[in-house]
Amino acid sequence: MKNRTFFWFILPTLSAMVLFIALPIVSVFIQSLHIEHEQVLVVSESCGPFGCSETTAVDAAATEALREAQPLGRFNGLKTYTNRSHLAFAEVAEAWRTTDSFLAFLNRMFNLPFYKALLFTMAYTAIVTPCVLVLGLAVATGVNNLPKLLKGPTIFFSLLPMIVTPLVGALILFWMVDGDGIIGNSLQSLFDDPSLSLKASPALTWMMLMVYGVWHSLPFSFIVFYAGLQTQPKDTMEAAMIDGATTWQRMRYVTIPHLMPLVTFVTLIQLMDNFRVFEPVVSFQAQAHAPTLSWIIYNDLRESGNPLYGSAGATSMMTIIGVAILLMPVLIRTWRDYTRKAAH
Amino acid sequence: MFLKKIAITGAVAGLMGSAAFAEGHGAMCGPEGQSIRILASDFPAIHAVVDQGEANCGAAASEFARNHTTEARQIMNAALTPNPAEYTSVILANSTLTQLMNDDLVRPLNDLVEKYSDNVKPNQLITIGGDVMAVAFMANAQHLFVRQDILKQAGVTKVPETYDELLAAAEAIRAAGIMEHPLVMNMQVGWNIGESFNLVFLAHGGEFFKPGTAEPTVNSEAGVAALETLKKLVEYAHPDYLTQASNETQGLWEAGQAALGIMWGSRGAAILDDEGSTPEVTGSTVLAKAPSVEPGGIPGATLWWDGITISRNVSDEEAEATFAALVSGMTPEMVAANNDDAVWLLDGFTPGPAAAGVAATAQGGAKPYPMIPQIGIMHNALGNELVDFLKGAESAEQALADVEAAYTTAAKEAGFLQ
Repeated sequence: MKNRTFFWFILPTLSAMVLFIALPIVSVFIQSLHIEHEQVLVVSESCGPFGCSETTAVDAAATEALREAQPLGRFNGLKTYTNRSHLAFAEVAEAWRTTDSFLAFLNRMFNLPFYKALLFTMAYTAIVTPCVLVLGLAVATGVNNLPKLLKGPTIFFSLLPMIVTPLVGALILFWMVDGDGIIGNSLQSLFDDPSLSLKASPALTWMMLMVYGVWHSLPFSFIVFYAGLQTQPKDTMEAAMIDGATTWQRMRYVTIPHLMPLVTFVTLIQLMDNFRVFEPVVSFQAQAHAPTLSWIIYNDLRESGNPLYGSAGATSMMTIIGVAILLMPVLIRTWRDYTRKAAH
Repeated sequence: MFLKKIAITGAVAGLMGSAAFAEGHGAMCGPEGQSIRILASDFPAIHAVVDQGEANCGAAASEFARNHTTEARQIMNAALTPNPAEYTSVILANSTLTQLMNDDLVRPLNDLVEKYSDNVKPNQLITIGGDVMAVAFMANAQHLFVRQDILKQAGVTKVPETYDELLAAAEAIRAAGIMEHPLVMNMQVGWNIGESFNLVFLAHGGEFFKPGTAEPTVNSEAGVAALETLKKLVEYAHPDYLTQASNETQGLWEAGQAALGIMWGSRGAAILDDEGSTPEVTGSTVLAKAPSVEPGGIPGATLWWDGITISRNVSDEEAEATFAALVSGMTPEMVAANNDDAVWLLDGFTPGPAAAGVAATAQGGAKPYPMIPQIGIMHNALGNELVDFLKGAESAEQALADVEAAYTTAAKEAGFLQ
């Protein structure tokens, strides 16, 4: 295709992307460099049905004047990025100086909100992504070898986790693992421990979220691999059989190389999705043990009554950078494959 | 004092008889042909007030629109910012009033209160720095719920009044083998756990901030003592307590799985009614004063009110029509028809068993939930940082230091600290 033609084809998409993705990201970045104006506090007396007390209130007129003068807020540079809620340079340095063992240092570091969330987000991504890939391939191969009659229903049931709304799916599981739910209660009687709670222990919460993550994403990788298997050339497979390759060898040396572009695709999508994991944390109310970067953004914007746009912006930018770093190896690999092919 | 006031007004309303009284109070609507638009939370008592206001003055208005949503807090600032605002009134509570006042979105009501003084009593007025900012109509607080039959069975003769007695009662029930986890509290991570800390903290005489400033003072003796108490309490709570809020605790209570509870007064009527539970549970449930540290000390509760505010960014006529319509709904008849839905601060209220806990707690000298502009940030920090301590992963001092550090970071960004 001529470059000129290509340009006209891509123009609508490109302009939509600039308008709705690139520019908002720039705006979020600019916002993350600013913090709110000083709130001018005045002491006043507050009275109500329960008596009077001395209290403070915001001097609205004075604060408004400051806001008019600088609508974006006060410029704070990168200080929001380095404060305690984010990279916490000062606190990490302090922890490094004052702790005597590396373990104690890590303990202090992962007590900081950003690192705590980063730890879980990374662990979640690192565990869920490969599980989804391997299990998805296994399910796809299994379904592919089923008799024709059973294929349709099996595919439908395998897709159910994706059809169920994530929030609802998570809630159902959440109620099942409750102390009075079927799974939670069975575990309690199995281990003969009435205090056993899947929701109270950090390790069990992590496991629960990851199992949910795999369950929820599995249909996606399954259906992609299943589609890939349908395009597998029969003659290569027959040749391998005639050469005496076992089932496992056929899988390893014929099927998987054939599916490799799809593996890359699923990996890319899964890395992105898992790094931004959010719904299960909310539905499992797991933010105490397993906060994620997305959950921090949500909390900054929603919970305190004063939305912290700067903080939320900074965490968003770092999430974007995190995703970019994670995708880098896969992207480089794809680029190499592409240039190698182009050279042929 | 609180109880007496309620009792007297109840008696007065009873004596005067509803017909004559209603005539004297005949619905007084403001300017006609105005648009009245109300944003409110979604529970029966608020519906009752707005319904009555609509019945009285809806016909005189060109429009009477209402949006009842539990997400009111999340949308109200954005909805009131444009001029004209999306709503002429927001019905809100202590903590949410400051959220609107921080952005200067509600107007002082002094003139309106004077003009419509027939329907407004002085004890309903919320004044800040001399300006009336809201008119309250109901009160709420957390307090103790007990199952007397189970206490009796465990050999506990009196309703616990202090935290020590509460713990002793819980231990007695556990020791008697009746229940392993007799206590329920709203300890869901986030807002609820922060609020549970507030209760015990205030009971220990704690102060959140250095007076007149936004500097945190929760990492104090009172803070540590409060956390220690809280930790002892959760030993007797359901193992899933970190995920339980009002709906879950009420469910456990109605299922007969708890014998001691610290829950919202507004749940009292729902628990005592004949729906969702057995007569065995409802018949022996008693609502009592929130526990204190020492006998007769400050009850571990925060007093709340719900009330009406009027938007700043609407015309004076709309503001007046909205105010008049809403206060016209606060009549003894409305209260009589919905007596058990709330602890009303209005004429005609007859405190029943469902109101006993809130009344006793208020009378015992419980503190109101602080109306301070930066309290939301502190509450959020408490909600997120205390779990590690309760799970035994860090010391009380460390948890409170984390709270202060998280608060300070956020408060700096919001402009409250420099």
